[in-house]
Amino acid sequence: MRERSAGEAALLLLADSRLPAGGHAHSGGVEEAIRLGTITGRDDLAGFLRGRLATAGLVAAALAAAACELGAALADVEDMEEDVEEEDADDACRLWRRLDAEADARTASPALRETARTQGRLLIRTARRIWPSAMLDTLARAVPDGAHHPVVLGATAAVAGCEPRQAALAAAHGSVAAPATAAVRLLGLDPVAVHGLLAALAPDLDGTAHAACASLGGARSVEWPGLPAHAAPALDLLAEGHRRNPLRLFVS
Amino acid sequence: MGVNHEDPHGDHVLPHGRALRLGIGGPVGGGKTALVAALCRSLGLAHRLGVVTNDIYTTEDADFLRRAGVLAPERIVAVQTGCCPHTAIRDDIAGNLDAVETLEKRFGPLDLVIIESGGDNLTATFSRGLADRQIFVLDVAGGDKVPRKGGPGVTTADLLVINKTDLASLVGADLTVMSRDARAVRHGRPVLFTSIRRDTGAREVAEWVIGLLEDRPRERHVADRTRTASETA
Repeated sequence: MRERSAGEAALLLLADSRLPAGGHAHSGGVEEAIRLGTITGRDDLAGFLRGRLATAGLVAAALAAAACELGAALADVEDMEEDVEEEDADDACRLWRRLDAEADARTASPALRETARTQGRLLIRTARRIWPSAMLDTLARAVPDGAHHPVVLGATAAVAGCEPRQAALAAAHGSVAAPATAAVRLLGLDPVAVHGLLAALAPDLDGTAHAACASLGGARSVEWPGLPAHAAPALDLLAEGHRRNPLRLFVS
Repeated sequence: MGVNHEDPHGDHVLPHGRALRLGIGGPVGGGKTALVAALCRSLGLAHRLGVVTNDIYTTEDADFLRRAGVLAPERIVAVQTGCCPHTAIRDDIAGNLDAVETLEKRFGPLDLVIIESGGDNLTATFSRGLADRQIFVLDVAGGDKVPRKGGPGVTTADLLVINKTDLASLVGADLTVMSRDARAVRHGRPVLFTSIRRDTGAREVAEWVIGLLEDRPRERHVADRTRTASETA
């Protein structure tokens, strides 16, 4: 049985923007929104972050929580059996692909799908070196081009010792922290004022993580279609527009 | 490894079984892209090359490299760094590593992958986890006091290139001073002066790079590639 505090320290590592997994290069649509004049200052940004958390943030949190639950269950099987049967490994691959397909189904924009897979590929490369495990190896094998980022984040959280709620919190945090930082860099906003926005969102982050875990079903794939599927067409359009901008500074 | 006898990372041996990764860094406008083009021109026929650029990779850059005539545009991969070029080459190298592996996957084994950083400041150096060796590029028009100011780029790069010597008399830069100051802070690490506009193949720099490529224990290539493949499977 893991100590509760172990998960908390691991959560700090996962949520830290200094985790070397490529997160610094993503604006979550902010660069394109700024280019279009949709975000010009702090107030616009506040609305953008709130909307992002309520849609993409909640979906990412739910996927991360489900992945964490699955990852922990698969890791337990691997712990119990010295030699994992080939059949079990095939089952595990199938489950990862199934959860990844749930993420795909919730990501309408091809540009966002590609971004999510790139971020997932970068994170799993980093995670496998920091927390080597058969479970992460299986996920990498199941989706060789990179599973969606929230799926990899949840799996990483599991191997790092986090609970699903903590995985969801890390995903929710990332969904607003990265765009906020991008706005600071691109618009020269007061960084303290922008962190004030994030602080004001803190209760909503807790609420999002809680809501994300509401429909978990004990790592049973039959429950996954019921995970939150909130769409944000504006974010989809921003992502598509961003990909067509040849002078972009952020990946997304 | 003669050229690197003073390398503080001397135990960092050159790789075998994968491409040599050469980082090219330095401030904006010093001639990093020109040096990449020059190296493609000098090395592109005899070696299998790939190039990773950081930050705004425009059609202008692509045209520039295409005009060099020896590197197909699809062998150039651009990485966006989110306004943080130094982060992408030092603190969080995941995006660049992914780009290098994309090139190696797409074109099979390569001899050399050149990673050009976005223009940055004198403290921006490559992580040893990304670049096996690195070149720092300054130009004389930036002022002849720059080498004296030091900073990790100037002091620790495996090779310091001071470019645009043809402009020295026009901007009042004293090459003797630059050479003396650079050598004083680099403790024996090599310094080369170039005018890539005149010497379009950057001959001496290319020779230095060829020296690195030849330093690698080639006879172990096959065995190590097998080992690496089984490790990553």
